[in-house]
Amino acid sequence: MVAQRKMASTRQIYGETLLEMADSFPDLVVLGGDLNVSVFTHLWRDKYPERFFDFGPAEQNLVGVGAGLAASGKVPFVSTFSVFGVGRPFDQLRVLVSQPGLNFKLVCTHAGILTGEDGMSAHGIEDLSLICSLPSFTVISPADTVETVQAVKTAASEDGPFYIRLSRAATPVVHEDDYQFELGKAELMREGNDVTIIATGVMVSVSLDAAEMLEAQGLQARVLNVHTLKPVDEEAIVAAARETGAVVSAEEHYFHGGLGSIVAQVVGGNHPVPVEMVALQGYSESAKAEELMVKCGLTAEKVKDAALKAVSRKQ
Amino acid sequence: MSGGSAPGTGHTYSVPELQAIAKDLRRDIIQTIYTAGSGHPGGSLSELEILIALYFRVMRYDPENPGWPDRDRFILSKGHASPGFYAVLSRAGFFPREELATFRQLNSRIQGHAHPMTPGVEMNSGSLGMGLSFALGCALAARLDKKDYMVYALLGDGECDEGEVWEAAMSAAHHKATNLVAIVDRNRIQNDRFTDDVMTLDPLDRKWQNFGWRVMQTDGHNLDELLGTFERARTRRTRPTVIIAHTVKGKGVSFMENNPGFHGRAPNAEEFQKAMEELA
Ligand SMILES: Cc1ncc(C[n+]2csc(CCOP(=O)(O)OP(=O)(O)O)c2C)c(N)n1
Ligand SMILES: [Mg+2]
Repeated sequence: MVAQRKMASTRQIYGETLLEMADSFPDLVVLGGDLNVSVFTHLWRDKYPERFFDFGPAEQNLVGVGAGLAASGKVPFVSTFSVFGVGRPFDQLRVLVSQPGLNFKLVCTHAGILTGEDGMSAHGIEDLSLICSLPSFTVISPADTVETVQAVKTAASEDGPFYIRLSRAATPVVHEDDYQFELGKAELMREGNDVTIIATGVMVSVSLDAAEMLEAQGLQARVLNVHTLKPVDEEAIVAAARETGAVVSAEEHYFHGGLGSIVAQVVGGNHPVPVEMVALQGYSESAKAEELMVKCGLTAEKVKDAALKAVSRKQ
Repeated sequence: MSGGSAPGTGHTYSVPELQAIAKDLRRDIIQTIYTAGSGHPGGSLSELEILIALYFRVMRYDPENPGWPDRDRFILSKGHASPGFYAVLSRAGFFPREELATFRQLNSRIQGHAHPMTPGVEMNSGSLGMGLSFALGCALAARLDKKDYMVYALLGDGECDEGEVWEAAMSAAHHKATNLVAIVDRNRIQNDRFTDDVMTLDPLDRKWQNFGWRVMQTDGHNLDELLGTFERARTRRTRPTVIIAHTVKGKGVSFMENNPGFHGRAPNAEEFQKAMEELA
């Protein structure tokens, strides 16, 4: 019943996409913090050494130098793990990047519990909450490699600060190659009128599986891929609330300040209906990514249960 | 107005003329902070001659075109000392002097801490420790664009407690940013107290040296010496250069000099009168 999908690495495709953009974006420069092999920017480093700068694990300076480059007309792509790239230099992102609205791209890998064995300090479960709190940032959480390629190219073409959230683990590919990414527009992945599952990142794949399970129980679930968390597609979320009367959010992030909070805000402010959230409830531990997804309740089964609960709460 | 790639702003002020400008601008600083009712006089008065040397003799820029790609960059890292910066920017022609009266007020272009909404300001500020990183980014951009501009960053001495300053110092030497000049306003006072009481910085010259920088020291109020030091900083560049400028916090107003109490408060009416008399 659950679909078999090809697995592919969003961080690897990120590094390859940068190479593709080298000629079309002559002002693009890449900055790293001693994790370039892990974030696949070593591909760029080895090919364009004069357009690459390493700052070691010193992320405040990494962001600060990126801001100076951006203010001088360069398009810096700054990459490290999400815990190090968002948490450590938060004040630099706020004062140097967000407040003046510089053309600065932060692409972080190893977000969420999919980072696995390195344990809780390495699990970036707060990054969306932190970065969404910075007014100028556009925030994208791609569902797979196909979407990642287009998100990265969009970030390079659009002006202003961008954050793109990628994973360590390979994740299921949910898009065909001809998929057209539209910044700020939720993607309708499956039509349905009994309940809507609003998902982002790896949870899009999980939610599509949950929709299959619901169908077996006679319920038609709409599935929305909210790849752009900020600015979020309010119209699609409000339409989902109005037309399906119950909503579930699904994210591989702490329940506070991520997709669930955004969905609740939009639904509550426009067309209140029951909202259930599937998200992380706190810190996790060292284990395989798949094991953590099960232990933390980020499974199709749990999304299905949340959908049933949301439906049962309909007035 | 300057042109081409020739160094200098086109200003040919003599040292006595620069000293006269300093006197005018000290009054502007006190007036600006008094009018606003808040602000940071101590560090504005200690940095003033450094800024005057840069803006009226050393740097090339065009106030009519603040974004001129070939301009030398000045980054105020200690962004709280904005009144001194604004006094200099307005005198240099970036905005009218009358606008100083709008400092810290609703709908003003001149914010409490320097922000790029003000013509001539490159970097948003107010959180210490960030300016040298930003300046390094500007310096690396010059290399990528094959431009010969210089980047000057002014740091407070208390600010050097911030770890990011040393991350930036280490990386500027590593990346051979020879067009980068840091200036430390060594007034020996930070927010609460004397730097020696809060956090030992000495030997500050050896710290920079060991991070791979060329170190120069100067009297930060002696314009002759400052001009000579900036001239040396532009020549024979194989490493980034730091100028440790020995200054007096609150310089020029007797009761503010060396007084930690005037780091971040405005003078009251009586103090304002006395300060303006001293600066007449
Ligand atoms: C990150 C950060 N921490 C604390 C402060 C509060 N603060 C403002 S000024 C200051 C002291 C700065 O001293 P110094 O760098 O010596 O400046 P100056 O003496 O030149 O005024 C402090 C701690 C700040 N602005 N930024
Ligand atoms: Mg000081």
